[in-house]
Amino acid sequence: MNPRLTEKLAFLLLRAVTWLIIIVLGVVIWDIFSKGLPAVNLGFLLESPRRGMTAGGIFPAIIGTLYLVLGTIVFALPIGVMTAIYLVEYARESWATRLIRLAVINLAGVPSIVFGLFGLGFFVLFLGFGVSLLAGTLTLALMTLPVIITTAEEALRAVPVGYREASLALGATKLQTVFLIVLPNALPGILTGSILGVARAAGETAPILLTAAAFFLPQLPGSVFDQVMALPYHLYVMATQVPNADPRIPYGTAAVLMILVLGLNLAAILLRIYFRRMRRI
Amino acid sequence: MKLSGGNPLAGTEMDLSPAKRSAGQNPRWRQPRALLEKVVETGLFLAALTGVVTIILIFLFLFKEAVPLLLAPGPTASLTAKNWYPVSTPPVFGLWPLIAGSLLVTFGAIAISVPLGVGAAVYLAMVAKPTVREFVKPAIEILAGVPSVVLGFFGIAVLAPLIQDIFGLPTGLTALTGAVTLAFMAIPTITSISEDAIAAVPGKYLEAALSLGATKWQSIVTVVVPAALSGVSAAIMLGIGRAIGETMTVLMVTGNAGVIPDSFLVPVRTMTATIAAEMGEVARGSLHYHALFVVGAVLFIMTFMINLIADLISRRLKKGA
Repeated sequence: MNPRLTEKLAFLLLRAVTWLIIIVLGVVIWDIFSKGLPAVNLGFLLESPRRGMTAGGIFPAIIGTLYLVLGTIVFALPIGVMTAIYLVEYARESWATRLIRLAVINLAGVPSIVFGLFGLGFFVLFLGFGVSLLAGTLTLALMTLPVIITTAEEALRAVPVGYREASLALGATKLQTVFLIVLPNALPGILTGSILGVARAAGETAPILLTAAAFFLPQLPGSVFDQVMALPYHLYVMATQVPNADPRIPYGTAAVLMILVLGLNLAAILLRIYFRRMRRI
Repeated sequence: MKLSGGNPLAGTEMDLSPAKRSAGQNPRWRQPRALLEKVVETGLFLAALTGVVTIILIFLFLFKEAVPLLLAPGPTASLTAKNWYPVSTPPVFGLWPLIAGSLLVTFGAIAISVPLGVGAAVYLAMVAKPTVREFVKPAIEILAGVPSVVLGFFGIAVLAPLIQDIFGLPTGLTALTGAVTLAFMAIPTITSISEDAIAAVPGKYLEAALSLGATKWQSIVTVVVPAALSGVSAAIMLGIGRAIGETMTVLMVTGNAGVIPDSFLVPVRTMTATIAAEMGEVARGSLHYHALFVVGAVLFIMTFMINLIADLISRRLKKGA
């Protein structure tokens, strides 16, 4: 065949493949929002489920997911950023450093259900936290850790070496240089990465399935040792375990979860673009 | 890029102002400061060990909870059986149907996602106009952000009835349904990493091929993509790792039948779905409970190997560059 014609056909095929992916994404989003958004109103957002979950709203699930996400940030952000600072600013090439890097890479590849099993074995049973907000939060935090470490490392490395040298040349100590010069400059990148990590945690079901999530709770959790409802688990339950449910409830739950997760993703992407522009000026 | 105005740290250890700095050069100041430096460095090191400790604990607790089953002779013998009947008497914990289910769904997902994902990567890196690329790449990143439980719900509500109708099946919850949904979870990983690898191939490779009279397509196929092959392979391995470890979508859309599947159009049960579905109902400490940890340990080892291979490939890439 004529090479020009082959090229035309090949490029056409590549373009079709790319658009196929975008169209499927569009269909998923359109389906969830067109059927879910009409179900979302103030009552749906602010009421508890009623009549064996076949009616009512998803308020406890929204609050539960917010608790889990906040807890994940509280545990994962400091430890993740500290790990990244150690790896970028302090660590010399040694077996300990190599071990830490290897652990982070492997942690990123551990399936979410294995994190769930580990959370069940360690936090729920061994440490005696029970199926609780605390156990779920810690499990999610460990799962989010590699994302935060990797992005924080990238952000720290992107700070020019000249900044550090200038600071040290002015007589600042290493500590002052790291925390007053390097860290503030890396903050936008760290922030973006953390939001992406947390967005992933908000949508995860498997890790909290065994460690934190409750099928139905009439009231909000009173302490960190209580079970919680959560949006992704509620969606799973409504889609598979409650046969007579009004289909608007799972669609509405899916829409709220998508708004939360995609909103966080969008915020991270916009933040990245914004900070990139700032840097160019 | 400027730091925040004012000096909120005046008078503290972190103060960088000239007055304080001269004090810092006073030998009396040096000692506590050196101590603080050491304390902070040690603290950071300890925080950095969290990841290592976590990996060790995951190993430890998976195997600690799996061992009791391996010590019981009857159930251990049943691990190689062809069925997973955990609640029959005596229970049969055959791992083959679960491993076969996971592999079948993963294989299907890869067969769909590799051509689509790598094709899109080539298009974005080599063919698309920059404006198209700026729009499509974030869109694919958004696909990566869709929670697996939402894709699973979409699979139940839309895809399963469609597959049931097209093939005239008794149920739409099949290995194929799982493979299609998983493919769309693996595509963002494959596309994003492959695109980076292809875009990183030096421009002169393409120019040299073009100047020898090759068309752009011939240059892409024979020069650019082979040069990026290790990055693309690493991307595919990571996609496989993601697909085999994915839980919620397969739990929701594959129908969960614990027998060795003989086609794509029957329900299957994966390792991940088995753990998620059954762990909530078993008695703590029962054989069934320990059997689920055996499944978890097998899954952990499989994903560990896959990620190791991906890491080796991408490290070879870095050395070669």
